[in-house]
Amino acid sequence: MTNNNSNINRRNFIRLTGLTGTGLILGLSGKASNATNIENLSAAADPFELGAFIMINPNGEITLFNSKPEIGQGTFQSIPALMAEELEVSLDKVTIKQTGGEKKYGFMQFAGGSMSIRSEYHNLRKVGAAAKEMLLKAASTQWNVPVSECYASEATIIHRPTGKKLGYGELAEAASKLEVPKSPVLKDPKDFKILGKPGARPDIPLKVNGTAVFGIDATVPGMVYASIERCPVFNSKLVSFDATAAKKIKGVIAVETCERIHEVYKTTGVAVIAETYWAAVQGRKALIVTWDHQGNETFNSKDFEQSLRDTAKKETGAVAHQQGDFDKAFANAAVKLEAFYETPVVSHSPIEPMNCLASFTEGNKLEIWTSTQVPGSLVTDFAKEYQIPVENMKVHTLFNGGGFGRRLYPDYVHEAVQLTKKIGKPVKAIWTREDDTQQGPFRPMTYSAMKGALSPDGKAIAFQHKVIAPTLDMKKDYDKSKSDETMTEGISEQKYEIEHMKNVYVHHYMPVPLAAWRAVTSTTLAFSHECFIDEMAYAAKKDGMAFRLGMLTKESDTKNVLQKLKEVSSWDKPLPTGWGRGVAQYEFFAGQGGYVIEVSKKGLGIKIEKVYAVIDLGTVVNPDMVSAQVEGAATMALTAAIKNGITFDKGKTVQSNYSTNPLVRINEMPKVEVHILTNGGDKIKGVGEPGLPPFAPALCNAIFAATGKRIRRLPFDINKIV
Amino acid sequence: MIQLNINNKVYEVDASADMPLLWAIRDLVGLTGTKFGCGIAQCGACTVHVNGTPVRSCSFPVGAAAGKMITTIEGVNEKIGEAVKKAWIELQVPQCGYCQSGQIMSATALLKSKPHPTDADIDAAMQGNLCRCGTYQRIRSAIHRAAEMI
Repeated sequence: MTNNNSNINRRNFIRLTGLTGTGLILGLSGKASNATNIENLSAAADPFELGAFIMINPNGEITLFNSKPEIGQGTFQSIPALMAEELEVSLDKVTIKQTGGEKKYGFMQFAGGSMSIRSEYHNLRKVGAAAKEMLLKAASTQWNVPVSECYASEATIIHRPTGKKLGYGELAEAASKLEVPKSPVLKDPKDFKILGKPGARPDIPLKVNGTAVFGIDATVPGMVYASIERCPVFNSKLVSFDATAAKKIKGVIAVETCERIHEVYKTTGVAVIAETYWAAVQGRKALIVTWDHQGNETFNSKDFEQSLRDTAKKETGAVAHQQGDFDKAFANAAVKLEAFYETPVVSHSPIEPMNCLASFTEGNKLEIWTSTQVPGSLVTDFAKEYQIPVENMKVHTLFNGGGFGRRLYPDYVHEAVQLTKKIGKPVKAIWTREDDTQQGPFRPMTYSAMKGALSPDGKAIAFQHKVIAPTLDMKKDYDKSKSDETMTEGISEQKYEIEHMKNVYVHHYMPVPLAAWRAVTSTTLAFSHECFIDEMAYAAKKDGMAFRLGMLTKESDTKNVLQKLKEVSSWDKPLPTGWGRGVAQYEFFAGQGGYVIEVSKKGLGIKIEKVYAVIDLGTVVNPDMVSAQVEGAATMALTAAIKNGITFDKGKTVQSNYSTNPLVRINEMPKVEVHILTNGGDKIKGVGEPGLPPFAPALCNAIFAATGKRIRRLPFDINKIV
Repeated sequence: MIQLNINNKVYEVDASADMPLLWAIRDLVGLTGTKFGCGIAQCGACTVHVNGTPVRSCSFPVGAAAGKMITTIEGVNEKIGEAVKKAWIELQVPQCGYCQSGQIMSATALLKSKPHPTDADIDAAMQGNLCRCGTYQRIRSAIHRAAEMI
């Protein structure tokens, strides 16, 4: 392993502890993240394996463990900050280590669903507070003074009347012998020094000087590299391969098959293993492989999209949510609207391609170094799949060069594990960008058939969102009488008070590997939902903001978000000629955000002039990171709205690299002004995803306001609005 | 054997002349700050300086780099580079951080040729560097901030 601040070097740590005596080590017991039992692990032979979150060494060294993979969302700061705040230590004085899926750190060891802070906010503050109380008690006992006369500051306990001081290291051993307080007192948020403040991320210096170790940077002695040929036609079977030419390439060591396991999607690939990655890639080019496409070479986007439209017409779908009597209200309404919305398949395309270093060694031991969002399930699932005792599994969770949902799926880990098992050497398998673009898994498209009805005075009285889409689990034999929660995400959670509503889901199988993408199905459903609300507003001759607020008579986060957007964007202020503004918001499992976007017409195209974002949070751990997440979500949303996305022809992905599957570049990205709503009391909402879904509808609503052109299909060419 | 001068240190690498400089730097020399993103000079994650000019090392044959002065992210330590890194930390630019070595190499080269770049200059110079996390507005601010510091 190269120099790596994020990596846990267990043996070294245990040795260090052994040399210097027992320190104070606290962890959380139980499997569940909601476990609140704080355990004193100081006397344990192997405290690390018992789930230590805080370790205070007698030499004064403090280590905090981060159980949430760092994928760019800032958990390397925000998670340890929860403990540091209560413990009264500053983050620049502690060592932060990443957990590796060890059972005792619980099953919440993943980064996904905008869950990190939501799942740990209370638990980890309590661990920090418990440690502080034990240190206070140890000091007061040593000084023979009441605890109430002592306080903690900067890793030191101070006796207020005399000014006497003891460092945490000096107290660690005595504190470790005390009972853990059952209900440690948490700080009043008004006394916070770290939480709620724009604190600097400790991983950033490593990321600007090149020393941060990502999965792709992991190395071990004797390691070899693999590049894997997989059939470009989905669902194909390997028939045979000829590796004669590949094996003649200098540096090529072996050619082996391996299975890519992505949930129910399983395919066999041919791996060329070599002394250098470059040699592996050259060897792969020299392979001759015969595939059986099993009839899948006819699959193409054009026909598939038509089949979605046909299905939308033919099938009524399964009810996801209903209230009132939609059918009757719609049939009898004075004003009726119908519209059909279409969205594309898109790729995750993190800049770090999928990769994994795996080492299977004597005694049925498996060690994995990788960029992953799911170290917890990696340990349990792989132990089961490869029949390795859990205690023989070691996962090193390295910095992720982007996640976006892609690294929730360990298909690339399976390949490396199978290869190391076959050849008995540590194998680093790296996907090419072409592999990443063409093999998926992809975010599926959703198509939406919308219906709405207005009363003669322009009030929304009936609404229907009908979703036509595959399921993320890729099941072919789906029970069509049932709706799917993920594929109808958020459409029944909007707070608009519309009396008659019936949302339905129509399943339509799609024969490609699929996956969750940042903000999942809300990324497409918010577009159809919030653009159609705008269509209703237009039909009611009301502006988009007034129409929405008119449907929100009760207090709600949605109402607060819209009112804040109205205020920060000066919504009622007239815009220059040729400009237009649009609004959209979306509430879903991760939280809630909204945008007002202003655009201007520039020749055939559109220029995005202003972007105002509001995210509703309540509790904020690091406002600067929240802004960064919203700025990033807006960028990702813009790419998904205006870049071509993924299409299929002859059973394969048409696009291959960033040249054909482009991302928004710096010159295309407008400035995003982020406003955070923090008046939500104890409420904790997600940060990573809510900035994404409402972006495209706000943009398209603005384009309609500026041009009269209603965009009902993504992606669209922003330089050619016709 | 090909002789490479990387960050003012000489390395002998056993590589065929057509191996991309990127893989020689990462796998043979062991400097992993330079990243692989696309392999076809589309993303800029692999940007290094060759004789002071930013190049995409994934598409630059190692043979062509022999005898030239190569600078990677690990060797960015002169005045302009230090200012860029400082500004990157001050404005908390990186998210996942994977593209940032390349961004910093491009930004450093820009500031060397244009000490006070306009937004248009930044767009032109930084367009070749993709960031999937969407740190562009901070990159822009950080380049202006670095220009102030120099």
